[in-house]
Amino acid sequence: MFEMMQRIRELSVQSLVYLAALLVSAIFIWILSDLVRGGIAHLSWEFLTESPRDAGRAGGIASILVSTILILLVALVTAIPLAWATAVLLAEFIPITSLFGKVVRFSLYVLAGVPSIVFGLFGNAFFSIYLGLGFSILSGGLTLACMLLPILTATAEAGLRAVPDNYRLSSAALGMTRTAALIHLIVPAAAPALVAGLLIGIGRALAETAALLFTSGYVDRMPGSLLDSGRALALHIFDLSMNVPGGDAPAFAAALILVSLLLCINILAMKLAYDLQRRKMMI
Amino acid sequence: MNTNRDAFTLGPLESGPACCVPQPIIQVKNLSLRYGDKIALDNVTLDVFKGCITALIGPSGCGKTSFLSAINRLTDLIPGCSINGRILINGQDIHAANNNVQALRRNIGMVFQKPTPFPLSVRRNLSLPLNEHGVIKKSEVAAIIEQVLQDVGLWGEVCDRLDTPALSLSGGQQQRLCIARALALNPEILLMDEPCSALDPIASGVVEDLINRLQGRYTIVIVTHNLAQARRIANYAAFFWVRERTGQLIEFGRCQHIFESPNHELTAAFVNGHRG
Repeated sequence: MFEMMQRIRELSVQSLVYLAALLVSAIFIWILSDLVRGGIAHLSWEFLTESPRDAGRAGGIASILVSTILILLVALVTAIPLAWATAVLLAEFIPITSLFGKVVRFSLYVLAGVPSIVFGLFGNAFFSIYLGLGFSILSGGLTLACMLLPILTATAEAGLRAVPDNYRLSSAALGMTRTAALIHLIVPAAAPALVAGLLIGIGRALAETAALLFTSGYVDRMPGSLLDSGRALALHIFDLSMNVPGGDAPAFAAALILVSLLLCINILAMKLAYDLQRRKMMI
Repeated sequence: MNTNRDAFTLGPLESGPACCVPQPIIQVKNLSLRYGDKIALDNVTLDVFKGCITALIGPSGCGKTSFLSAINRLTDLIPGCSINGRILINGQDIHAANNNVQALRRNIGMVFQKPTPFPLSVRRNLSLPLNEHGVIKKSEVAAIIEQVLQDVGLWGEVCDRLDTPALSLSGGQQQRLCIARALALNPEILLMDEPCSALDPIASGVVEDLINRLQGRYTIVIVTHNLAQARRIANYAAFFWVRERTGQLIEFGRCQHIFESPNHELTAAFVNGHRG
């Protein structure tokens, strides 16, 4: 009797976890197949190389892609040094109990919880109006950078902390400076974690719509400089599906591109992290 | 891997000056060490003699490791750790404002309980600290690497795979690599924190032989829980005891004296295995 009960419990738990995992992948496959079904017909080489016409119903998304990548680059170039330097300070230079560290961490927590629309309003008020950058790729990128700071810092700090302490102790015992240990041992060991955090950040930045609405704007022309307004891909999809009658097919196609872009960046970054670790470390 | 062939050979080692010239190289004066509110070591005064092996023995938690890491100021890295008292090395206060901690640690090698090779190649493990101390010329670095690997008896075992990961070596080889890494910087003093306790008996024996051979050329301070080992290799022994979670130095003297006719009854009880 008891054995029977145990078997039933064993089986039901197993089938439950399998079912859950199946459901999760089913959702992913469903979304992907939906995108492919709705968008594949509209996809063509011209779709990637031409700028949108007739509010996006015709033409392609070339200018949108360029704007998206520029916004992303501005955000990453600004956020990565700030976030990773902060993480190095938090993980390597001050004790975990330090008051200053606590203040920094707390402000990052708060920042992480702020809804993106609020970032958009802040970016509009500060970058666009106060700093006079207007609706531009620069204001959009800087606003995104603010949003990326918490996630990049938190993942980098966790990655650095996960590096075994004996690297620090034994390198110090050999009279190596903290900086030398950091460059030659700790950062390479933490590289996969840094890149994983970066990926989450890029994913979030690419998907961002609300924060960019008020900062980089929605002009769909090819941007001439960072001070021009530029429409991000996610915003383009939003605009096509909500505001443009007959824009569903290009919206699907653009979404398909967005997802593929994310996938490519993921694979590329993972390979990069692996190579970096292989080259610097021998585990 | 590499179980039999050349596994336990020890390379050549120049003979050094005779040990046990009673000339203090490390002078510890009224050293107290605390972690936050907890006093880990209370008022330890002790001289370590040049060229000798000094064993630190005592039960767990009596502050032996803390004592060791105070000597090369590794305690600086531990949050909340504070030190009172003075430590002089060659007559120089290690906490003096003008004392360069990197130079201090270069002069004092340290070997940890668990082997701590860096996740780099065997060669890079040795060249990285050298490069950081300004030894950059390739031929010079290569010569030092060969010399120290010979000294620890590892050359024959790894000379044809210097570019393989250090972590692929066996535990005993890793520990000898760590000793070689410390020796590469040409220190005067070697601190060893139970260097054999994470190794199997055979590897442990090889490392012990190595320590014996280093005697005279280096001043060695070794923490060990293995009393028989302390007795075999040490010239001097310091017995620490823990009272109300505070470590104290009970007795210090020649090894034979500590083991055969200790002054203190606690020491006698400990070395005879009645306590601790």
